[in-house]
Amino acid sequence: MSDLTTPAAYTLEDFRGSRKRMRTEHLVRAVLFLAALLSIVISVLIVASLVGEAWTFVSQVEAASLWSDGWFPRRGIYDIKTLLTGTLIVTVIAMAVAMPLGLGAAIYLSEYAPAGVRKLLKPVLEILAGIPSVVLGFFALTFLSPVIVQRLSSEATQFNIAAAGIGVGILTIPLVASISEDAMRSVPAALREASYGLGARKITTTIRVVIPAAVSGLVAAFIVAVSRAIGETMVVFIAAGATGGSLFSTDPFKPGQTMTAAIASQAAGTDQVRGAGLTFQSLFFVALLLFAITLVLNVLAGRFVQRVRQAY
Amino acid sequence: MTDAPMVGSMPTSAPSRGGATVFDVHDVSVHYGDFRAVRDVSMQVKQHQITAFIGPSGCGKSTMLRCFNRMNDLIDTARVEGDISYHGVDLYDPAVNPVEVRRRIGMVFQKPNPFPKSIYDNVAYGPKVAGAKGNLDDVVEQALQGAALWDEVKDRLKESGMSLSGGQQQRLCIARAIATDPEVLLMDEPCSALDPIATGRIEDLMVEIKERYTIIIVTHNMQQAARVSDRTAFFTTEVSEESDRRTGLLVEFSDTDKIFTNPADERTENYVTGRFG
Repeated sequence: MSDLTTPAAYTLEDFRGSRKRMRTEHLVRAVLFLAALLSIVISVLIVASLVGEAWTFVSQVEAASLWSDGWFPRRGIYDIKTLLTGTLIVTVIAMAVAMPLGLGAAIYLSEYAPAGVRKLLKPVLEILAGIPSVVLGFFALTFLSPVIVQRLSSEATQFNIAAAGIGVGILTIPLVASISEDAMRSVPAALREASYGLGARKITTTIRVVIPAAVSGLVAAFIVAVSRAIGETMVVFIAAGATGGSLFSTDPFKPGQTMTAAIASQAAGTDQVRGAGLTFQSLFFVALLLFAITLVLNVLAGRFVQRVRQAY
Repeated sequence: MTDAPMVGSMPTSAPSRGGATVFDVHDVSVHYGDFRAVRDVSMQVKQHQITAFIGPSGCGKSTMLRCFNRMNDLIDTARVEGDISYHGVDLYDPAVNPVEVRRRIGMVFQKPNPFPKSIYDNVAYGPKVAGAKGNLDDVVEQALQGAALWDEVKDRLKESGMSLSGGQQQRLCIARAIATDPEVLLMDEPCSALDPIATGRIEDLMVEIKERYTIIIVTHNMQQAARVSDRTAFFTTEVSEESDRRTGLLVEFSDTDKIFTNPADERTENYVTGRFG
């Protein structure tokens, strides 16, 4: 191609390009594809490993032991409702903490805060999101429990579900705040202007225009937070007094077990899970249940997020 | 664009027909941060007239319009200097609540911006936030009729306002604005997103309702200003010497006929005859 003048006629060779570059291109493509494939394969393997052991559990367990009065896997008592109830109570308490505070923070950041304050506050919120959950677990046990929960109820024990729930709630505040704020900020400024132009005050505009317009995103924030709360392990493990077994209880001021803490307390610090024959397999069953619940919630949340994107 | 005339001392109103003075604007400048968007505007806006603001992009006509209902308050960095009084009340007195101002001075925006609510709820929104209780059916019907939209939507008031066509949406926004029974309507290029037929309907509507309201309209469309307005203000831009940024200023404010047939200022003439802008 040293000839710089226009050739009289092109040949196919002129358009073939560098073989070497093409090979590199194919190689890069293959490597990236493998990376993507690997993450899918790992997910499938995780589910497969859960399903295998969980199936062993389901097929061998006595049905009666699934509905008794407590979760004592080492003694062959696998009352799933004990764990579900514990998880539910923790989640409800966590949401009672996280939704008002997270939404309030989001409304402030999106609608009220001047630009400078927002710039300062958002990183602070992200720091809160970055606190390791084990730290929050200790905070729940040594601060929330004696200072707040045991003042609310004189009956409350040191380890209790309520403190764990509040701790999990604090953990999910940044999540709620950040998703909700995104949703509210994606509401077009033109709608706010329309509202102000009609003589609405800021609070009216927020409640009657911005929040309804962002509602799909707020629902998504709620679902993601619930999913996070259900899956949270460390805080409940430390603060709710997971001891490897617990009686069925609906009292938030008493120790309790969530699905995650039940698994962790059996599996902690040993390569063997001791107890009756199916103890080991029972954990996989609980894990599969947990996985199914959070999967459904995350898919649901994704739908709602999609809806926000479509609207504007 | 040297030696701009002293705008403040310009004969702002030829002996006016029309009614009382609604807005009395004196030496108003608007700044965004340290940027001066528009400077030294003085004018009087009369009741039951349509006043048009025309001029090239960036000349501050929309900025000026937003001073009349304190919409500029929503921008953190905006600062208004000078006096704007509304029926004798200083709109920028610290004691004035902008919410009260906006209840009397309604606004229609460039892009139709109905709420993602039903047609009915869109129109009822203003009266509701103003504290109206009880059945608003009559208010909604009257406003929709006032905006010449009633016949098209009376059978589907529960449908979303966003399901309407662009022209219908803009008339819905006008209905929404007049449902609060304002005294003034500020319209910021209300037809720029609409086709000529929808534009024609809105122009007819403006002429129809000016008996009840005072209207100020910002428009890029000179024919529109000529067709609908009684008085026209021509704004232009000048490049500031120190910062190289453009500042808007009012060149001429007069009867619309005069602006388009016999303007006093050469810059107005250049603009309206299409030699500039």
